[in-house]
Amino acid sequence: MSAFSWDSFIAMGGYAAYVWPAYAVFFIVLIADYVSPTLRRRRDLRELRARMARQSARQQRPPSAS
Amino acid sequence: MANWIPLWVHKLSSPPNFYRFAGTLRPWALGLALLLGAIALYGGLVLAPADYQQGDAYRIIFIHVPCAWMGLFVYGVMAIASFISLVWRIKLAEVVAMESAPIGAAFTFITLCTGSLWGKPMWGTWWTWDARLTSELVLLFLYLGVIGLYHSFEDRRQGARAAAFLAIIGIINVPIVHFSVNWWNTLHQGSTVRLLGPSKMSGDMLWPLLTMMAATKFYYIASLFGRVRTDLLSLESGKDWVRQIAEAQGHAAAKQEGRR
Repeated sequence: MSAFSWDSFIAMGGYAAYVWPAYAVFFIVLIADYVSPTLRRRRDLRELRARMARQSARQQRPPSAS
Repeated sequence: MANWIPLWVHKLSSPPNFYRFAGTLRPWALGLALLLGAIALYGGLVLAPADYQQGDAYRIIFIHVPCAWMGLFVYGVMAIASFISLVWRIKLAEVVAMESAPIGAAFTFITLCTGSLWGKPMWGTWWTWDARLTSELVLLFLYLGVIGLYHSFEDRRQGARAAAFLAIIGIINVPIVHFSVNWWNTLHQGSTVRLLGPSKMSGDMLWPLLTMMAATKFYYIASLFGRVRTDLLSLESGKDWVRQIAEAQGHAAAKQEGRR
């Protein structure tokens, strides 16, 4: 095996234009797949907390006030 | 539930228990996926020699083939979970089936894109309507159909039931994808790695491929568990255990705000 060189690694024997986009697709799609439920979960919990706050506010209000 | 199912399965499939179980396992699965993935990439992109016919272009195989395998594997899991959800009406099986679909679609999409990027320099075309490529595209459409059907119902559980039927019917396509290179004369090459008998690949190319296969399996567990946790929270949002989690996270967020 020859010594490692960054230039030839990046060049991929002339196929850099095909190899690197393939790896980019792999990482971008999987990262998006991994992050999306985390964001959804955070939003769901925030909405649930808002709903709980509204409910407890309604319960604490004395009946005569309405 | 049928009484031959062991008690621990029954206990684990209750939403709060599985939520906790998945939360504990998920970081380990992701860690293993990243570690194995890094080793596989180093082995595949740096250590493995160039192919005598395809030069360095063949290195796309280290993601293309594991993702293709996962596309079929995830479909199998989705179909089995769909079947269980229809027969026994287990909420967890329903969630596993419906949350497997986007992951499988992601893997299938990657397979098609990387295959296209590999096909251009090797076959001279981005796309051709041969049996393997067409059946793989059908696989992607099946995943998208399951996702679409699930979301097209007002009632989520009703949507999940309809989508589960489609998932089970679509399993016919899985052996078609797998055996397409043997049944028809395709431009796509035949399988290089065999479960039984010797593989047609040298060891220094084979081990990164198999390592990446393991990495994508662990990734699937990590991603699925994250998705299932999110779904269980929103499906059970009226229940006490979810309210407790929402409150605890609210306190943690408030504390962080106060510190700033």
